[in-house]
Amino acid sequence: MAERTVTVASPVGLHARPAATFTRAAAGTGLAVTLSVAGGEPVNAASMLAVMSLGVEHGQRVTLSAEGDGADEALDGLAALLAGEPGRP
Amino acid sequence: MDRLAPRAPGSGTPATGAPTAGASTAGTPGGELTGRGVSPGRVRAPLVRLAAPPRTSVTDPVGNDPAAEHARVERALAEVSADLAGRSSRAGGVVAEVLDATSALAADPELAGAVGRHLHAGAPTGHAVTLAVEEYCDRLAAHGGYLAERVTDLRDVGARAVAVLAGVPMPGIPAPGHPVVLAARDLAPADTATLPGGDVVALVTEQGGPTSHTAILARSLGLPAVVACPGIAAVAEGTEVLVDGTAGRVWVDPPAALRDDLPGAADRPAGAGPGRTRDGRAVPLLCNVGTLAEARAAGFSAAEGVGLLRTEFLFLGRRTRPRVTEQAEAYAGVLAAFGDRPVVVRTLDAGSDKPLEFLPLGAEDNPALGLRGLRTAAVHPDALDEQLAALAEAARRAHRPVAVMAPMVSTVAEARAFVARARAHGLERVGVMIEVPAAALRADELLAAVDFASIGTNDLAQYTMAADRAAGALGELLDPWQPAVLDLVALVGRAGRRHGTPVGVCGEAAADPLLAAVLVGLGADSLSTAVAARPGVLAELAGLTVDDCVALAEAARAATGPGDARAAARRVREARR
Repeated sequence: MAERTVTVASPVGLHARPAATFTRAAAGTGLAVTLSVAGGEPVNAASMLAVMSLGVEHGQRVTLSAEGDGADEALDGLAALLAGEPGRP
Repeated sequence: MDRLAPRAPGSGTPATGAPTAGASTAGTPGGELTGRGVSPGRVRAPLVRLAAPPRTSVTDPVGNDPAAEHARVERALAEVSADLAGRSSRAGGVVAEVLDATSALAADPELAGAVGRHLHAGAPTGHAVTLAVEEYCDRLAAHGGYLAERVTDLRDVGARAVAVLAGVPMPGIPAPGHPVVLAARDLAPADTATLPGGDVVALVTEQGGPTSHTAILARSLGLPAVVACPGIAAVAEGTEVLVDGTAGRVWVDPPAALRDDLPGAADRPAGAGPGRTRDGRAVPLLCNVGTLAEARAAGFSAAEGVGLLRTEFLFLGRRTRPRVTEQAEAYAGVLAAFGDRPVVVRTLDAGSDKPLEFLPLGAEDNPALGLRGLRTAAVHPDALDEQLAALAEAARRAHRPVAVMAPMVSTVAEARAFVARARAHGLERVGVMIEVPAAALRADELLAAVDFASIGTNDLAQYTMAADRAAGALGELLDPWQPAVLDLVALVGRAGRRHGTPVGVCGEAAADPLLAAVLVGLGADSLSTAVAARPGVLAELAGLTVDDCVALAEAARAATGPGDARAAARRVREARR
C-alpha cells in the first residue's frame, strides 16, 4: 500500500471548487484512493461529499492511500495537487 | 438612504432572539425585518414564495427488491446530474460554475452508496434518498460556514432525485407576469439559475449567508437580496415588501414615506411627472439600465423610457455567444416592461479591457484606444449581426418599436455602415453614441446620417482630456464640467438642431441637476440617468426656462476650468430663479 502525507495548500481548504478538482483527479486515477485526516477514518477520495465532509482546512495535513499498479505515481500526482492549489492550476 | 435609517414604529430593538424580533412585526404595516444584505439595491414588489419540494416519509411504501430500487435511484441521480450539467452549459459565468458543482454532488458515488445502505435496511425508496442526503447534511453542517451553506445545494439534489423517482416536476420559480419579490427558506443553485429574464426583482431568504449561492448569484444578476431573514417566513404571499439589499432590511407593507422615489410594482413615485422646463419644453428624463432586473424595476418608475440599455450583462462571463432567441427574449422582456415608452439599446460594448471568451480580440497595450465597441464588429461581424437580428425579433415579439445605437463611433463612414446594417435587419430607428472627440467635431455630417445621437459624457471626457477614466489622480481632468467637454457637447447640440436629429445625453453628467440644466442649454433633447437621480433633475429643470438653461451653458463655457464653470452656472441660476 502506497501512502503520502501532505499539507493542504488551498487557502479555503478542501471546499467546493478545490474539492471538486481534487476528487475528479482522484477518480481519474482509476484506483481506489482514500483520504484521511489524523485520527479519522479514510474516505473515498473520488467522492466530493466525503472529501468535503472531512472539513479539511488550509494548512491541515492529510494522508492519501492507494493500492495496485501505478499507485505511487498516482499518489505523487494527487499529493502535488493538494500541495499546490487545487482549482487554480 | 438616510430616510430609511429610522426604524419603523413597533419594530423595537432585537432582544436576545434577533430572528424572532424581526418576525414579530411581520404583517404589521410598516413592519421592518432585519437580515443580512448580500446584494445591493432597493426595490419593492408583492411577495411570492417558492413552493416546497416533494417530501418523503418513513411510512411511504417500500419497494420489493432493494437492489432494483438502488438501480432506480442511481438512474434518478444520474438524470439529476445530467439535467444540472445541461442547465450549466446554457447558463455560463458564475451560475455555470455553481451548477457544475451541484451536478457533481448528484453524481457522487458515496451518495448513491449511502442510499443503497438505507434501502437494504428497509427504507422506502424516496425516503432512502432523503436519509442519505440528511446524513451528509449533518456532517457538512457540523463544520459551519461555507460547508454548512452547501447543505442547501445537497438538499436540492435530493429533492430533485425524489421528484424524478415519483415522476413529478420540481416546483420552479413563480412567473406571475409582474415583478415580484421571491421569498424562500433558501434558494438552490438550480432555482436561481432560472431567475435571469424572469419576474423576480429581489430575493429574501430565511437562511443563507454571504457565501451562499443565493448571495453569489444575486450579485451576479444584480438582484437586491437579503439573506438570514427568518422573519420573512411569517409574511403572507401578495403582501407588498420593500427590499433593501444594501442595508439588509425588508419593510412589510412599506409606509408611504418610504415609497417615494423608489421603483416599485404598485404605483409610480409621487411627484414624478414628465421632465419639462418651467416654460414647458419637454425634456424626457430616461433611465440607464444594465440588467434585466434593473429594467423591470425601472419599468415601474416614472422614467419616460430607457435612454441606455447596456447589453453587456447578456454576454459577460459567458463561455459561448448567447443565441439569437435567448437575446431576443431578454430584449423583449425589457421592451414589455416599458410599455409604449421608448427604449434605446446599445449594442455590445466590449473590448480587450472587458474580454469575452467567445470574442477574442488579442492583448492590447492601450485597450481604451484599441478594439472597443463598434470596432469589434470588424473582427467579429457575426456577433453584431446576431444582436441586431435579436433586437428586430424582440420588437416583433413585443409589438413595439426599439431604437438601437452603436458605441465608440469615430467616423461618418462607421455611422453610415452601422445604420445600413441595422436597417438591413429591419430596425427603423438607428443612432450612434458620441464618445469620441472626432465624432463630436464632425457632428454636422454624422447627425445627418443617423436618426438620433446620444452623448456618453464619461468616455467623451476621457478622450477629450486624454485622461484614463480609471486614474483617480486625474479626477479634475475627468470632471464633466471641463469647458472643453462642454464645447464638444455644444457642437453636437447645434448639429442636432440644424438637422432635426434628436440628441440625448446618457453619461453621468446628466445626473448632476445643475449640469443637466447646462446640457439642455447646450442642446440636449433628452437626458438619461440612473432612476435614483431622476427626481433631482426633474425638480431642477422645472425651475428653469430654456433661456435660463442657455444662459447657464454660456456662463459655464466662458469659464476656464471645471470649478469656475460650476460656480458661474450656479451664480446665473441664483440670479434667474
